[in-house]
Amino acid sequence: MILLPCPWCGPRNVSEFRYVGEPRRRPDVATTTPQQWRAYLYNHTNAAGWVREQWFHRTGCRQYFGAERHTITDEVRRTWRPEQAPAGAEPLLGVTDRAATTEAGPDAGGDVL
Amino acid sequence: MSLTAVAAPMRLDAQPGEVIERGRPLSFRWNGAPRVGFAGDTIASALAASGVRVFSRSFKYHRPRGLLSASYHDPGCMLQVDDEPNVRGAHRRLRDGMDVASQNTWPSLRFDVRAANQLVGRFIGAGFYYKTFMKPQVLLPAYQSVLKRFSAGGRTSPDDPRDYYDKRYAHPDVVVAGAGPAGITAALAAAESGAQVLLVEEEHDLGGHLRWGGTEDLARLHQLRDLIAAQPAIEVMTNSVVVGRYDGNWLAIVQRELPHACERLVKARAKVLVVAAGLIERPYVFQGNDVPGVMLSTAVRRLINLHAVRPGHRAVVLSANPEGDAAAEDLARIGVEVRRVLDVRRGEDLVAARGGGGVRSVQCHDGARIDCDLVVTAAGWTAPTSLLNMAGDKPVYVAEAARFLPSRLPDDVLPTGGIAGTGDTDALIAHARATGAEAARRAAGRGEAVRIPALPAGRHPEHFIGRTHGMVDFSEDVSSKDLLSAAREGYDSVELVKRYTTVTMGPVQGKLETVNAVAVLSRATGRTIGETGTTVWRPPYAPVTLGALAGRILEPVRYSPMQRWHEAHGATPLVAGAWIRPDRYGDPAQEVRNVRERVGIIDVTPLGKLDLRGPDVPRLLNLLYVNKWSKLDVGRVRYGVMCAEDGVVLDDGVTGRLGEDRYLMSTTSSGAATVWEWVEGWLQTERPDWQVHVIPMTTGYASMNVAGPRSRELLQRVTEGVDLDPEAFPYMHVREGRVAGVDDCFMWRIGFTGELSYEIHAPAMYGLHVWETLLDVGDDLGIKPFGVEAQRIMRLEKGHAIVGQDTDGLTQAFGAGIDWAIKLDKDDFAGKPELVWQRDRDDYFVLVGLQPEDGSVVPPEASQIVEGRNVIVGRVTSSRMSPTLGRSICLGFVAPHLRAAGTRVTVQLPDGRRITARVTEQHAHVDPEGVRMRG
Repeated sequence: MILLPCPWCGPRNVSEFRYVGEPRRRPDVATTTPQQWRAYLYNHTNAAGWVREQWFHRTGCRQYFGAERHTITDEVRRTWRPEQAPAGAEPLLGVTDRAATTEAGPDAGGDVL
Repeated sequence: MSLTAVAAPMRLDAQPGEVIERGRPLSFRWNGAPRVGFAGDTIASALAASGVRVFSRSFKYHRPRGLLSASYHDPGCMLQVDDEPNVRGAHRRLRDGMDVASQNTWPSLRFDVRAANQLVGRFIGAGFYYKTFMKPQVLLPAYQSVLKRFSAGGRTSPDDPRDYYDKRYAHPDVVVAGAGPAGITAALAAAESGAQVLLVEEEHDLGGHLRWGGTEDLARLHQLRDLIAAQPAIEVMTNSVVVGRYDGNWLAIVQRELPHACERLVKARAKVLVVAAGLIERPYVFQGNDVPGVMLSTAVRRLINLHAVRPGHRAVVLSANPEGDAAAEDLARIGVEVRRVLDVRRGEDLVAARGGGGVRSVQCHDGARIDCDLVVTAAGWTAPTSLLNMAGDKPVYVAEAARFLPSRLPDDVLPTGGIAGTGDTDALIAHARATGAEAARRAAGRGEAVRIPALPAGRHPEHFIGRTHGMVDFSEDVSSKDLLSAAREGYDSVELVKRYTTVTMGPVQGKLETVNAVAVLSRATGRTIGETGTTVWRPPYAPVTLGALAGRILEPVRYSPMQRWHEAHGATPLVAGAWIRPDRYGDPAQEVRNVRERVGIIDVTPLGKLDLRGPDVPRLLNLLYVNKWSKLDVGRVRYGVMCAEDGVVLDDGVTGRLGEDRYLMSTTSSGAATVWEWVEGWLQTERPDWQVHVIPMTTGYASMNVAGPRSRELLQRVTEGVDLDPEAFPYMHVREGRVAGVDDCFMWRIGFTGELSYEIHAPAMYGLHVWETLLDVGDDLGIKPFGVEAQRIMRLEKGHAIVGQDTDGLTQAFGAGIDWAIKLDKDDFAGKPELVWQRDRDDYFVLVGLQPEDGSVVPPEASQIVEGRNVIVGRVTSSRMSPTLGRSICLGFVAPHLRAAGTRVTVQLPDGRRITARVTEQHAHVDPEGVRMRG
């Protein structure tokens, strides 16, 4: 299990967090087309390498934050609070990925083995 | 002669390094017969001392098996101990009164009818599972039932007492796996450099091979143990094993046989892992290498030096290394007649061992035949690289050293000791000292790098297989012949051979046999061992019991403050997510009638509650709910439905405005966590400029719903500061006041049950008091508690859908039949575009009320609604017998063309019968106008 350095709490087991996803800009609801809207909902770049993504410290400080993670090695080289976003990084976006928000919580599923 | 000597003919006089306590004799039973041993004996050493040579029958051919390695990984002595199967007999310490039995034997260890399998061995060779028992397919169940009686394993019983298993977390700087001389030294060096160290040793004592060595080794052993004992920064775990290494040095460690627990799973996050797993002696492949009495040099040295057991009387030793020579010396010292030492380094070899229940003679390379009862082999060493593999290493084969060496590892994993290379004890200790210091430095993340001296790959003969065929995998009964025939059939990759022949797949998991299997395969395919490669070592390194993984349960459970009362009054518990709730106190139909006619009270504490404050709360509510919130006056409450951005119904609930900038949002019980996260997500990411403060209050309030025509009369007796007159406190309003003497209670007039009802939220610490007071003062009004089941019946009578029960992950809001609540004229809200398109499509299944024409039939929930022979056009989502109407009532989804009121639909029951149901005018079956709840 990898460690994720929460910008508020420090390094914690990744099971404390919810992976929110790639930052995605919400289309203007007045003008959006089904194609744009569903790209916003479902299309992911899913790159192999360094990516910028968002995490939520679900069983900790309950803050959303940004991270740079290598999707092959799982190395996390930086995380940031919204006001510390590095140049070129999207502000925090992408609240809509609710894949992991179940009642059971992070401890119900995988254990160490 | 003492009684002990009579009972233990193979016990030697005192040995310098022995671990047995001769002053503490223990008695136990072996297959029913009484035996004796000493404290400090393993089960196997006590049995060997008493003259036992055959411990079990092999898995497939039921050949007699004796000791091979006399260690945890010995495949020959898996035993049944009391009610525990598959106990490692050469590892588990003897205890007084143990009832030990051999496994996999029938009718007895000596006469095993299934040994006839040997005679038909050529029919059950490689891949026999796949070939023999597959055709004809119809006979497969019959084959399985026969095979089951022949397979290995002990017995468990459902009546066995439950044992306690524990869990723990640890955060050491450095974990050292293995406490031989190198592991101990690395731990000491790391601790001296300031690290907190966890030293984990699989065996019962520290010291590794020093324990069965000579005077010099023993002196060093005591010195190292003294240093460990004096070093407070090292926590020592013996009889424990690092079973897995995962990303970020997340380690699973199992501690066995603790005083207060069977086993404990330690989840350790180590900054640096030092792997000092040592070396495992590998068997030599030749004819008869599994006859009892053929054992490894380390087994012999353990038996003699640790347990003072004579392994035999007349021995032949095959030696390819100094450790083998030392075993021959040990044997000579205790008076075993060493009849010949075959030195591999001089080209000498062993061809075959002969004997049935025990070895009687060997044949040598020069044709000599020597009678003996003990054959000792020292053919080489296998590096148990499991933990290194789990860290991403791909060990490389070095032919001159006849072994694999680590190649590339992440910075936070360091190997030392025999696993890292070859050297005498001094060289290994020097390597370990530097490794330990460097591990501490890396853990601290500062300091100058410590140079770790290289360990050479020392020379060792490549001596894996002799000139005859023999056993490769002792656990799975796979011989070199089987591997050859698999290769001939085209299974020439090591991973394929493994799966086809099951080699390395038994309880020993390759620790003894992997390299031999690779050597046989490489010979068969004409490739080198390096080219052939090894199978991947995966967790766990050693078997882990399910108990260790499962217990102790660390999952939180939630109870309301009124739980004690529920238990005292016979409530049937219902598990609802993390909550335990009263499902019923007696007959739910009676509970329903009491609410409809008099007054009832239900504990609804699990309802999600969020305290929202700030000037932008109305904007937030407008964004999250599909309906409008701009004009909610202080003191009003409103029902709302939330959708996700895909338009699918996420949750519903009532939100009330308590003050100018203060709101209380309620959610479904199961959706409380999701909605809280949803709200925070919008505020932190999409709308960070909005001023809203969110406080989760779910467990801060004890919530109870008082429902029924007499509920107002009841509350008038206990409420202060709130005018309960229907004009002053009408339906869908909220008031704050004192209830049962408790200040700061909120009361909502809402009606999930369809009755006049008040939902009271009292500060949690007073919940039980308010609850008991209401039941007390309402006694003459007929107040009775009701549970979740009665509430579910009443809400279905009222046609209130439950998100997640009457909707699913595809139900967009119009499909839930709540068109009246969806305000598409709002500028924006979560999921709005999808709902615009859904309305325009008008092609969706929709939730409707349903009533079976025969009101006595209650179709089970999830029954399909069908058309024609087998076209599914909907399903029943909720279904109950209504005590109020005396007939069955349902909610269900139907296809667009069936949604008009009055439509007859066909419901298929699980038994195949079909019934007709009518689509009702609205969801509500009882009081659709809502007269009762508005009263």
